[in-house]
Amino acid sequence: MSVDAATVKKIASLARIAITDEEVAKIAPELDNILGWIEQLGEVDCTGVEPMTAVIANTLRLRDDVVTDGGKRDAVLANAPQAEHGFFTVPKVIE
Amino acid sequence: MTDLTDLGVRDLRDGVRAGTFSAREVADSFIVAVSKAKQLNAFLVETPDHAIAAAKEADAARAAGETLKPLAGVPIGMKDLFCTKGVQSAAASHILEGFKPEYESTVSQKLWDAGAGMLGKLNMDQFAMGSSNETSYFGDVISPWRRADGGNAPLAPGGSSGGSSASIAARLCPAATGTDTGGSIRQPAAFTGIAGIKPTYGRCSRWGIIAFASSLDQAGPMARDVRDCAIMLETMSGFDAKDSTSLQLDVPKWEAGLNASLAGKRIGIPKEYRVDGMPAEIEALWQQGIDWVKDAGADVVEVSLPHTKYALPAYYIIAPAEASSNLARYDGVRYGLRELPEGANLQDMYAATRAAGFGAEVKRRILIGTYVLSAGFYDAYYTQAQKVRTLIARDFDRAWETCDLLLTPTAPSAAFALGEKSADPIAMYLNDVFTVPSSLAGLPAMSVPGGLDKVGLPLGLQVIGKALDEQGVLDACLAIEERAGFKARPDAWW
Repeated sequence: MSVDAATVKKIASLARIAITDEEVAKIAPELDNILGWIEQLGEVDCTGVEPMTAVIANTLRLRDDVVTDGGKRDAVLANAPQAEHGFFTVPKVIE
Repeated sequence: MTDLTDLGVRDLRDGVRAGTFSAREVADSFIVAVSKAKQLNAFLVETPDHAIAAAKEADAARAAGETLKPLAGVPIGMKDLFCTKGVQSAAASHILEGFKPEYESTVSQKLWDAGAGMLGKLNMDQFAMGSSNETSYFGDVISPWRRADGGNAPLAPGGSSGGSSASIAARLCPAATGTDTGGSIRQPAAFTGIAGIKPTYGRCSRWGIIAFASSLDQAGPMARDVRDCAIMLETMSGFDAKDSTSLQLDVPKWEAGLNASLAGKRIGIPKEYRVDGMPAEIEALWQQGIDWVKDAGADVVEVSLPHTKYALPAYYIIAPAEASSNLARYDGVRYGLRELPEGANLQDMYAATRAAGFGAEVKRRILIGTYVLSAGFYDAYYTQAQKVRTLIARDFDRAWETCDLLLTPTAPSAAFALGEKSADPIAMYLNDVFTVPSSLAGLPAMSVPGGLDKVGLPLGLQVIGKALDEQGVLDACLAIEERAGFKARPDAWW
């Protein structure tokens, strides 16, 4: 399978990255090349092999169901490009 | 008097304890060295006040007759991937330029609690994606090393922890933090003639480290010798409830446990690591390393890791897949850059922000990750890669039936010139061929300087251990270090 311009535009849109036609023309062969190289994985016989979920055996801990954090509104908003009235602000989404 | 910047972590710590010099003298010496080395572009932010405050505290504690903290009097460099409260933490990216965290990463907090001071934030490949430090938004780090061939071609310090490696080799700091996802501590250590260890996955908390590929990311120390790495790693490691994959284990006393005798140890030499096109000098250094560990008492055995050739392609599915998910958070809303073209809606804002904020390599990896995770391809790519990862981990488990540690070169070449590989992503990726398999298996692995090539550039040897056997890894590297007697250092041309 080869990565064409339409595929690059589609995945860039899924990844929310604006991309120009010039960039698409440059990136499509690069991705095609990289994905072609990656495709050698298909030759490995993985019959009966479980996909890796944890490299080091470890159990997910449960903590007590109590409030451990909070009251940090100003700290949370401190790095926002734009914040008003204690909220993050974004362009209008509902007319 | 000795130049204090020539001393490592152990000597600085012990010298301050003994009163041979003050912590303030140490901090001042390194602050001056950093300020004179701007040409290397290793530091993104300099924080002399932080280093001086820690030094004053150490000197005051000593004057009051108190027991000094484990790293009192030792100023260090902090990779820009670690969030440091009130100090820009940008992962060397544009999208996080100006981001000053309201919190401190667990690993950096542990270092400050142990008395260390911060000289500044170190340049790196953007979001830790790169092997040469050429993907930083803030410019390349220049290695302090130069080829002894009459030319002055600027060389790569390795990556992604290139600011860390360059600044330690140039004596701008005695030690620094690094992070390693596929070799980002070990390869830059090898390129610059220093030591660096990636511990077992889960030893160091990932909390507050800007995420790249969460199932692979591990912090670790870089320093000029094995003992200094052991000292740093003891402070950096330990359980953290804030990281769900943190290992709930006591931190061993690695420094006290150091032992350069390898009597009774079996060291495996993986035959699949003899790759085509490997320079003869690296082959020769590897053989030299084999002789050194034999001299230290180890038995050397050949082992097979049959799935080695599939480690890199598996890594270049798994790491971009995780990166595409982790980097989805940079949306121009909560922190960092916002690009809002005239009349743009919310979706346009996301796309414009991410287009402007991410560099070419980061975009490339997000796109690969998005592609391999997209509907219809998930099983063929991602699930298959995770199955291959199981086979790679199993290869190591089988090897441990006949050996205790593995010895390999760290990288397939010495440092290359800046620009030499940046046009070909796959050529760059192949630089991590010896470091990626142990990352995929979560194993501890360390690079230690072995010698110089014919143009005077450092080459490293790598020791890989069983999960949680950092002590075995450190010991074998110490045995190599003692025999290699590596004393070379770059001329201070900057």
